[in-house]
Amino acid sequence: MIQVDGLTKYYGARAAIRDLSFRISSGEVVGFLGLNGAGKTTTLKILAAVLLPSSGTVRIDGMDVARAPRSLKQRIGYLPEQAPLYDEMTVGGYLRFVAELHGVPAARASTAVEAVEERTDLRSAHSELLGSLSHGYRQRVGVAQALVHGPSILLLDEPSKGLDPAQIIEMRGLLRSLRTTHTVLVSSHILPEIAQTCDRLLVIRDGELVAQGTEHELEQRLGGSGSVVVEVRGSAAAAEAALRGVEGVRAVTVVSGDEDRVELRADAPEALRPAIARAVLAAGLDLLRLDVGQDRLESLFLRLTGGTEA
Amino acid sequence: MVGTMTGWVILAAVLAVDGLLFNAYALEGIRRSADVLTRFFYFSSGTTMVAAIFVSMRLLAEERQAGTLPLLYASPVQDVEIVLGKFFAGLLFLCGLTLLTAYMPLLILVHGKVSVGHLAAGYLGLFLLGSACVAVGTFASALARTQIVAGIVGGALLVALLVTWQLSRVAEPPFAGLFAALALHNLHFVPFESGVIHLRDVAYYLLVTWVLLFAATRVVEARRWR
Repeated sequence: MIQVDGLTKYYGARAAIRDLSFRISSGEVVGFLGLNGAGKTTTLKILAAVLLPSSGTVRIDGMDVARAPRSLKQRIGYLPEQAPLYDEMTVGGYLRFVAELHGVPAARASTAVEAVEERTDLRSAHSELLGSLSHGYRQRVGVAQALVHGPSILLLDEPSKGLDPAQIIEMRGLLRSLRTTHTVLVSSHILPEIAQTCDRLLVIRDGELVAQGTEHELEQRLGGSGSVVVEVRGSAAAAEAALRGVEGVRAVTVVSGDEDRVELRADAPEALRPAIARAVLAAGLDLLRLDVGQDRLESLFLRLTGGTEA
Repeated sequence: MVGTMTGWVILAAVLAVDGLLFNAYALEGIRRSADVLTRFFYFSSGTTMVAAIFVSMRLLAEERQAGTLPLLYASPVQDVEIVLGKFFAGLLFLCGLTLLTAYMPLLILVHGKVSVGHLAAGYLGLFLLGSACVAVGTFASALARTQIVAGIVGGALLVALLVTWQLSRVAEPPFAGLFAALALHNLHFVPFESGVIHLRDVAYYLLVTWVLLFAATRVVEARRWR
């Protein structure tokens, strides 16, 4: 279990994080969410014992990370914001070096490297020079180096940063596969990205923890309950009136369209979709599409992190 | 170092300069073998000092520049072990480089006589001087954010340690004695050149190495606060 109490870090007179306190249970995958500069990287650095806090403590299974005995550090795998790679080394050589650096005996290092290469789909790149790899592969090696010594706790600082959509899906799959075997804290400034892989979210803004809970809990706490997008054929005014007539719909906006195709957004829980469908059909309109609003997560993220909502 | 071109370039440059100096300077005129050897160790001390700064300036500064320092900081390795590991890697490379110059004293052996004691003392001196200079470079590398700045800081520290003997000539006692004793080369290396080992000189170089590595460790530890 990770226990963070009153964690504060000053860079000169500026507080990068202030009085952070949270708990992460064993086996949990937790997303650490915040805009750039919110204090995510500083927090992860302190958790990984790379940086010392100005005040406060981080305890892992009761042991203080700042005093970090070797055995404790062996249980932590850390991927910094920029994957720490030596360009002149090969993938296999580098992973072996990292394994031995973390105390894996030389006799077991080769097995550990093979296993992690298999898990992160790096077997084909075993003999490649790190300097010649694409960004996606470098990021994958970064995750592999955090895993190679078999840690039980993983701290990943924006592992999906700069990846293309296919690579993001792969990374998501990798994070999901770690769910049962590792305690994971993964930072991101993209809520939809980590909402799909994490059990719980911690939201940080200007160095302070502003919210924590599941995506659903956060949504409830902010008083928002999503939106439903409706596309109909017919009069926009009739469609708007039909939606407004459904109990539970708070507001309706005509997004776009002409007489053939009108798109409307209703501020309403997604559970109201059957009622909305019935109301549209009862008004004599053709229902072309009925969907959960895709901007829900972005909107939630911006409200949580203090970003500007478009 | 060995995996990159930099090490090989330093190695080639030092061997080329040593070879040129050996032909142009040590073999100049007709000399006794011992004189040739003394001159060889004299100019080799210069190339060793320069090579030590070039080898060591990247040790920690390059890690910081490349973003690989967090890997070491997050590992179970202690800060003192990071500094010592870097220092010994640099020193090992410098020792290998220095040993490759051995063909020059062996050439003297072809036409003259070389005392094994003189040879051993000279190489011990180069090793100790190199160790102190690599420690200077390691300290500079811990302080600086880039290799270039580390090289400049290391070079400046080295020159400062070299010219203290000049200060000793103009300073009043007891500072004159202190400056002379602190000088990196004049008082302490000259006996090694001639094949003489003083425990005082061995202790001096070991002390300089220890002080600078201690300081480098403190700098690395302090970086965890920033």
